[in-house]
Amino acid sequence: MIRSIIMALLVAVLTAPAFAVEPGEMLKDPALEARARELSKEIRCLVCQNQSIDDSNAGLAKDLRVILRERLVAGDSDSEIKTFLVERYGDFVLLKPPVKAETLFLWYGPFAIGVLGAIGVAVFLLRRRDGSAVNEAPVPLTDDERKRIDVLLSEQDRKA
Amino acid sequence: MLNRLLFLLPLLIFAVIAGYFTVPILTKKDPHILPSVMIDKPAPPHDLGPLLEGKPGVGPEALRGEVKLVNFFASWCGPCRLEHPILMRLAAETDLPLVGINYKDQRDAALVWLRELGDPFGRIGVDGDGRAAIDWGVYGVPETYVVDAGGHIRYRHVGPLTAQALKETILPMVEHLRAAKG
Repeated sequence: MIRSIIMALLVAVLTAPAFAVEPGEMLKDPALEARARELSKEIRCLVCQNQSIDDSNAGLAKDLRVILRERLVAGDSDSEIKTFLVERYGDFVLLKPPVKAETLFLWYGPFAIGVLGAIGVAVFLLRRRDGSAVNEAPVPLTDDERKRIDVLLSEQDRKA
Repeated sequence: MLNRLLFLLPLLIFAVIAGYFTVPILTKKDPHILPSVMIDKPAPPHDLGPLLEGKPGVGPEALRGEVKLVNFFASWCGPCRLEHPILMRLAAETDLPLVGINYKDQRDAALVWLRELGDPFGRIGVDGDGRAAIDWGVYGVPETYVVDAGGHIRYRHVGPLTAQALKETILPMVEHLRAAKG
């Protein structure tokens, strides 16, 4: 039993995960390759659409990985490479949408709704507290009201 | 009264959001089809060598002069086989120039493909490494572009051409572009 658990752990720890990036694609310069890996995690594979090109085995993802590395070697900055891709495939190619006029609601809408909700709750609570304060100290009855109550009660006594 | 209306607000917001998500389903819009950012931009000026002897390739000047369809295809691509009869019919029945771009294909396989299924194209360029296609914003063959007389991309159709897409969208657009030029 213990042996099989150890075996399972060893298998889990020692086996390399399957990477989409093929050895032939990798750059010789480890620093540049690391930058390429980080950058390609932010680029969407247009074929699979919910994977980054770093994760995807699709042909287009491979082509984009190679182009990305070529441009890194040529000295392009990360944002220049992103611009290159966005010019061809649109903002959708970036897994993280950029903040701009069309995406303001996407980015800040949830916060706006949260703030509105918080204001709503605050107003509700404040109002309720005002209301309960009134209830704690009810307006005393007027003489007229007291007389009417006496009449009503004595009528009831008589019936019973 | 105003308070009562306020209670309807969440329902209203829900209705708007639900509508936003329901409309694409009801209109059967495929969410995987992305809008092209290349619309109204000049077609990338690649010089693609010819696939066939005796039929020109696709240079930058080949995309100017008149309205045309540019079709990215490959012999390994199943949906391309599906749309091929429509391209053949277009070539036979209309005077619309068809430009083929053979995407990441093997020359022999592409030649067999054209011999078997027929060749609807007026010119065919070879995009062996798929770099030209990336500049067009292609993300999967087949894709078909309407390019106007000025060499600008006007429309992109993703996936196999259908008779419906041709009749309802592409051919009217070609007519419109031709009329605008004349």
